[in-house]
Amino acid sequence: MTNEELLAISEKEQELQQQVRYRIMVCSSTGCLSSRSDEILAALEAEVKQRGLENEVLVKKVGCLGLCAAGPIVSIQPDGILYKEMTPEDVPAILDRLGGEPLEEKRIDTHQPFFTRQKKNALENAGVVDPERIEDYIATGGYAALIKVLTEFSPSEVIQEVQKSGLRGRGGAGYPTGLKWSTVAKAEGEQKFVVCNADEGDPGAFMDRSILESDPHRVLEGMIIAAYAVGANQGYVYVRAEYPLAVKRFRTAIRQAEKMGFLGQNICGTPFSFKVDVRLGAGAFVCGEETALLQSVEGNRGMPRLRPPYPAQSGLFGKPTLVNNVETYANIPAILRNGGEWFAQTGTEKSKGTKVFALTGKVKNTGLIEVPMGITLREIVYDIGGGVPDGRKFKAVQTGGPSGGCIPEELLDTPVDYESLKALGSMMGSGGMIVIDDRSDMIDVARYFMEFSMEESCGKCVPCRVGTVQLYNLLGKFQRREATEEDLKTLEELCDLVRSASLCGLGQAAPNPILSTLKYFREEYLAKIRKSTPVEEA
Amino acid sequence: MMTPGTAVKTFTMDGKPFSATEEETILDVARENGIDIPTLCHLEGILPTGQCRLCMVEIQGSGRLVPACATKPEEGMDIITDNPRLRNYRKMIVELLFSERNHICAVCVSNGHCELQSVAQRLGVNHVRFAYLHPRFMLDGSHPKYEVDHNRCILCGRCVRVCEEIEGAHTRDLRNRGIRTMVITDFDTPWGESPTCTGCGKCVHVCPTGALAEKGKSVAEMAKRRHFLPYLAMRRRGGK
Amino acid sequence: MEKLKLATIWLDGCSGCHMSFLDIDERLLALSDRVELVFSPLVDTKDFPEDVDITLVEGALGTEEDLQKIRKIRERTKLLVAFGDCAVTANIPSMRNPFGREEVLKSLYVESDALNPQIPVQSLPELLPHALPLHHYVHVDVFLPGCPPAADTIYQVLSELIEGRIPDVNPLTRFGA
Repeated sequence: MTNEELLAISEKEQELQQQVRYRIMVCSSTGCLSSRSDEILAALEAEVKQRGLENEVLVKKVGCLGLCAAGPIVSIQPDGILYKEMTPEDVPAILDRLGGEPLEEKRIDTHQPFFTRQKKNALENAGVVDPERIEDYIATGGYAALIKVLTEFSPSEVIQEVQKSGLRGRGGAGYPTGLKWSTVAKAEGEQKFVVCNADEGDPGAFMDRSILESDPHRVLEGMIIAAYAVGANQGYVYVRAEYPLAVKRFRTAIRQAEKMGFLGQNICGTPFSFKVDVRLGAGAFVCGEETALLQSVEGNRGMPRLRPPYPAQSGLFGKPTLVNNVETYANIPAILRNGGEWFAQTGTEKSKGTKVFALTGKVKNTGLIEVPMGITLREIVYDIGGGVPDGRKFKAVQTGGPSGGCIPEELLDTPVDYESLKALGSMMGSGGMIVIDDRSDMIDVARYFMEFSMEESCGKCVPCRVGTVQLYNLLGKFQRREATEEDLKTLEELCDLVRSASLCGLGQAAPNPILSTLKYFREEYLAKIRKSTPVEEA
Repeated sequence: MMTPGTAVKTFTMDGKPFSATEEETILDVARENGIDIPTLCHLEGILPTGQCRLCMVEIQGSGRLVPACATKPEEGMDIITDNPRLRNYRKMIVELLFSERNHICAVCVSNGHCELQSVAQRLGVNHVRFAYLHPRFMLDGSHPKYEVDHNRCILCGRCVRVCEEIEGAHTRDLRNRGIRTMVITDFDTPWGESPTCTGCGKCVHVCPTGALAEKGKSVAEMAKRRHFLPYLAMRRRGGK
Repeated sequence: MEKLKLATIWLDGCSGCHMSFLDIDERLLALSDRVELVFSPLVDTKDFPEDVDITLVEGALGTEEDLQKIRKIRERTKLLVAFGDCAVTANIPSMRNPFGREEVLKSLYVESDALNPQIPVQSLPELLPHALPLHHYVHVDVFLPGCPPAADTIYQVLSELIEGRIPDVNPLTRFGA
């Protein structure tokens, strides 16, 4: 595949899409699918055929349109109309109104902050392209970055571009991506691997799933570019088996890319060869930890290994291995297409670009959002999220999943970046964001996450295996109002042990939900200590 | 003896200067020099996994903790092997282990010969501040020579490693995760029915507690025989 | 010199710790110069007295009655010693814990008794769900593990406590000693 051939495919596809007057796009991500969007798609196709509109109207399935709370969503282009809560019964009306007055009662206001305040990069094509057609991806400029890189860039120039972008790992810890790439590139070894971590497991998080379901080629292109940069010839995507649609679409993408010569031997006529295989997780959260993930890919029990050595030196099968998260790879094509400096224009000094969040909980607009780094939590919760529904009061926002913490109202003006969230005792994490209202008890919240960590501990090291159980039980004593002053002390000491002495990130971060609620909502703990007067009675 | 050309690193431990070869871990150097760092999962001759976390030492300055059994000192490193913080962590780890299963020393075959028991005494653990979880386990006495009592297992993984790395049988492994993790025989079959177990008994003798024992031993009678371990360590280093 | 008031009590245990206490032998006479044994299975007092200086508690907490006793003892004692492994860890009595109270009672009184299979409800205190160490219910000042602690250990520890010092028991004894 040469650049000319790619352009030809792109032009042909654009022509195909331009020759119709209307494009009707139906969300076919898991969220909308679960509320019958597949039936809407089928009904639309049938109705268009019946009305003989095939040359006027193109019906296609697309990835996530973002506002999951209003799903299933249908988008009418080029008019820019979004319809919410669609049913198959709405199909005739949609077609009746094409080009005329839209169905007001089902229309979503696309001028609301939910849409205007977002800035999309990783999700650029989500809700735009058909995730199962490579041509559609190419028509939006897909694989142009790959061809440009393979023909014009040396591997070290690719890495320089990524370093210039300031991109940091989107899996949660925020390690500089370019630095990681250069470490793997410099590691000695004939055989190197590139691994995509798609073992998303935080409760309430679905960023990676949506990206894979909506735009799998973007992730694949990012991986191929990474492989070229670090000198790898084999890649693995480690994705949880609970994401069947993402797995199916990614596998389809691999086949299509192989057919077009973006994967395999001598990619695009260059000496560079690269293959990608999918590996399915068997339901262990800890396999999102990179060394446990590598163990699992090797066919072993998914337990973390000691670091050092780091995967960059000794990873999969003892070879230098690059492990990045789905969203990190999804950011790569645009960085190479537009340049690292373009990417670095967005964001804060230390956290560049945009970040995808799965906004859930007690907030009006639940869904998938992508925002520039540095936006405040308040803007996310109140402007994009539309605030807390049912007239309830905001209490906290939980970021970072079971490894993260709860941030109270008074700190809502904190900008979203890696360092600021960490300073608050929470973390960026992979992008789960759960809004909590005044009906929730913070000890319940902490115990919910502690139960998760306890269930998901691999059992290897003592502080995590037993410490999380003891923490969970201690929180139970608070819930039952049986805790003593002594228990509060033990709780804090044990949090410190589990955080400091656990072997991997799961254990080290497991106490965060307790520590952050102890920090910001300590009175709720004190109120539940035996023989003390509860706050509401005082 | 050091071979010529071996890189030697110098570092400090508890304020005193030490040197280490490329291969030596912090624990190796500490033991060589009579510095007492408690361990449970570690055993010379099998690969370190750093999973019991008892041997954590502090890197001066950063406050970072690393397992001494699996960490090689770096040039100029300043290591603290003992301070109130580490002592409290170690005590808590031992207490967590006692709370996890049913360790009743008074009726244990390994009473008086148990590493968990002795490390508890050394660290001054004279009671357990955490609630006992008292789980329920079945014993497996199906093997003609040995028996396993999971009530006394601390999941250190020594038996799994010695069976895989030294005996080469890989009869033992783990099932479940977290607090429900269990050492199993083959695909969780009774030990006596294992087609892979060679009956060598290495697992029994590396076990730090009374979880693995010879049959017919009564309370306090099961002392472990580890005389083969130095040879294992030597073989691992490639010696003869 | 005024004598200190010493009490000892035997809860859910085997009395082995008290036997070991008696093994102090002739040194008991020396102790008796310093302390008065105000309550014990070895003396005739019926009610646990007020203002006890030191109480050695043998045994785990296994029944509601044990709980009532330990709370009273805690209120009336300056220095409470968990005396032996049962008091410190619940030891042998805790071997019933994995099975649960109901299963243990059924196994003992119903399944093992062919003539009169019934669980007694009268004249026996109610069994707690689990046998637990003292410090899970009350504050303990000194932990003295051992099954039983050796007579020498008991003598040394008592001598120190009488002198008003809290001894370091760790070099002297351990769980299961």
